[in-house]
Amino acid sequence: MKRSYLFLPGNQPTMLQNGAVLPADVLIFDLEDSVAPAEKDAARELVASALRSIDYGRRGLAVRINDLEKLYVKKDLEAVVTAGARSVMVPKVNGARTLHHVAVMLDLIEEECGIEKGRTKVIALIETALGIEKAFEAAMSTPRVEALALGGEDLCADLGCPRTKEGTEIFYSRSRLLLAARAAGVDAVDTPFTDARDEEGCYDDTVYARDLGFDGKLSISPHHLRPIHRAFTPTEEAVAFALEVVDAMERAKREGRGAVSLRGKMIDLPVLRQAERTLELARASGMLTAETEGASL
Amino acid sequence: MTRQTKVMPSLGEAIRQSGLRDGMTISFHHHLREGDRVLNSVLAECSVLGLKDLTVNASALMGCHRSILDFVRDGTVTGIECNFMHAQIGQAISRGALEREVVFRSHGGRPAAMDRGESRIDVAFIAASAADATGNCNGKQGNAAFGSIGYAMPDAEHAQYVVVVTDQLFEYPLIGASISEESVDAVVVIDSIGDPLRIMSGTTRVTRDPIGLLIAEQAAKAIGASGLLRDGFTFQTGAGGTSLAVAQYLGEIMREQGIVGRFASGGITGLLVNLLREGLFETLLDVQCFDREAVLSIGEDARHGEISATRYASPAAKSSVVDHLDVVILGATEIDTDFNVNVHTDSNGVIMGGSGGHSDTAAGAKLSIIVAPIMRARMPLIVDRVGTISTPGEDIDLLVTQYGLACNPRRSELASRLERAGLPVVPIHDLKAKAESITGVPTRSTHKGRPIARVISRDGMLLDTIAMIED
Repeated sequence: MKRSYLFLPGNQPTMLQNGAVLPADVLIFDLEDSVAPAEKDAARELVASALRSIDYGRRGLAVRINDLEKLYVKKDLEAVVTAGARSVMVPKVNGARTLHHVAVMLDLIEEECGIEKGRTKVIALIETALGIEKAFEAAMSTPRVEALALGGEDLCADLGCPRTKEGTEIFYSRSRLLLAARAAGVDAVDTPFTDARDEEGCYDDTVYARDLGFDGKLSISPHHLRPIHRAFTPTEEAVAFALEVVDAMERAKREGRGAVSLRGKMIDLPVLRQAERTLELARASGMLTAETEGASL
Repeated sequence: MTRQTKVMPSLGEAIRQSGLRDGMTISFHHHLREGDRVLNSVLAECSVLGLKDLTVNASALMGCHRSILDFVRDGTVTGIECNFMHAQIGQAISRGALEREVVFRSHGGRPAAMDRGESRIDVAFIAASAADATGNCNGKQGNAAFGSIGYAMPDAEHAQYVVVVTDQLFEYPLIGASISEESVDAVVVIDSIGDPLRIMSGTTRVTRDPIGLLIAEQAAKAIGASGLLRDGFTFQTGAGGTSLAVAQYLGEIMREQGIVGRFASGGITGLLVNLLREGLFETLLDVQCFDREAVLSIGEDARHGEISATRYASPAAKSSVVDHLDVVILGATEIDTDFNVNVHTDSNGVIMGGSGGHSDTAAGAKLSIIVAPIMRARMPLIVDRVGTISTPGEDIDLLVTQYGLACNPRRSELASRLERAGLPVVPIHDLKAKAESITGVPTRSTHKGRPIARVISRDGMLLDTIAMIED
């Protein structure tokens, strides 16, 4: 379950080291915005070295490469893919064309390095009006795409509107991106909350995104990991109900029925899918272990 | 018969009247922390009076006291006894500034040494923000209020001559005196005893460092899993960003589980005051206020009580607060694989601190937890043998780092509890290896100069010696 995606500046060795203990589901080593042009080469080497030498445990690892208009992209991809990165985040994705270029480069690099073709996945960062309009097309452009992520700050700059904590101005963009991701069968990742000191604000913003249907949220601060995970932690009642649903549907399956009644309500496949998602979140937040799940059932 | 007034016209006159002579010992407290002006003023007067060969016995020497080195150089001061020494003074002492060895004690060991007659105070100079003409005094009232005056209470009891130094004289009788007139020989009014705004230092704020917060959260979970967190729970945390963050996370657990603690003790901060006000603790036992919120609270809230250093931590007392502690959170500059902790010297062996209440609370509490990152500035925390033993490993139960929790092998039942709670318990040797895989293994200088300090255990035994550093 990928609830939190934490950006770590690629030019800061201490932060790259700290990533090994921070409780993010996915770490994104950044070579783009947080690295000044003069430090691009050094940061690329540092990130590749971190990928090779630091044990990040079960965390997902991604690298945000520079945008395609810059000269660094090929070098970025070569360095991080050969160092073992399983995902790259591509910034400023404006439709299928951007990702086709990346996919072609990845094909070549994987072939040259003897890496299984298609192993390196892509997180498409959508942060322009054009990108939002073409989000579905981008998500379908290559099977490498595993998620669409929203970059609210750049998007607002492109839209010409102020970025607010309430986020009313990006409601449509959030919904549009979510639909595109769902239609393409990839994850939807919400824009980061930008006030590092406002943990409650981050929690509220995450609850809002969660209720829209987002799977996870980008984070620019380790202080936001707790509120993000808290927002994605289901209530005990929801978990208990989900366990009952799964149990009831298993019984229905054994009995050859497609639906079953639980507490007077009809339980069918859509309800089961919701229940399974709740249980996935419960496992990710440590509410359910194999032991407790067995006992509950 | 009318008694002669105790109010002296000047510090110099008070010193003359005290009968202070060459070779004697004078004492001070450090409640004004980095804002204190009394120690420096007294030493300056002693120097002017031509006094030589004095021993300064202070509960702590802070950075603002660095002018003591001038009085070491002119021969006014030739001996130092303290429970903590700021690095600015420690660096000079470590390079041999003082001929005689510094004597380090703990906050509980200092009054115990007075009780046992091992430590004689000839003249105590007690800074008080409020006093009357007979010496009834406290730190809770007045413009320079600093809160608890707990560390000075044993001095008032044991010193041969007691001088109260204040900048605000109240009408007799001062109500709510912490030290009362029967112990006091003289009162001096000076322009300013210090700046109370400098009581607070950076180490009394909750950390924002994500690794510090991660460690604190794990420590709070460990307390939750220890079996000690229940109604009536008792707790102390040191001043330090991560230690304070533990209190914050612990508060969350207590709130969630509806647990009310009996007391929190030690140096008190606004954070603990808030937990008191919220009803998560019934009382605070305060030997020292660490910030303005604590100073205001101790002056207003009857549940926020002042305690003496003796009651706080003296092993010579019939009982003391540290013996009632369930959990204490402490820091470390180094810890070794036998869990011995160093808070006196840095990785180069230079004095930069002291025990304070470290060894007292570790000895008293049922669960003593060290919170620290496995490396600082590329130096590993865990070593084969600490440079200085401040607190013996037998008194430390648990080390919490960002890479896991190491339990003292003497506490196998604790390790089982933590593992059952899903906490990452690892051998301390694994944490040492993890840090060294990042930092490498630092080589230590084996050359040792003459001893320049002795670390005395709270029971009065020699715990360790600190050697001179030769550049």
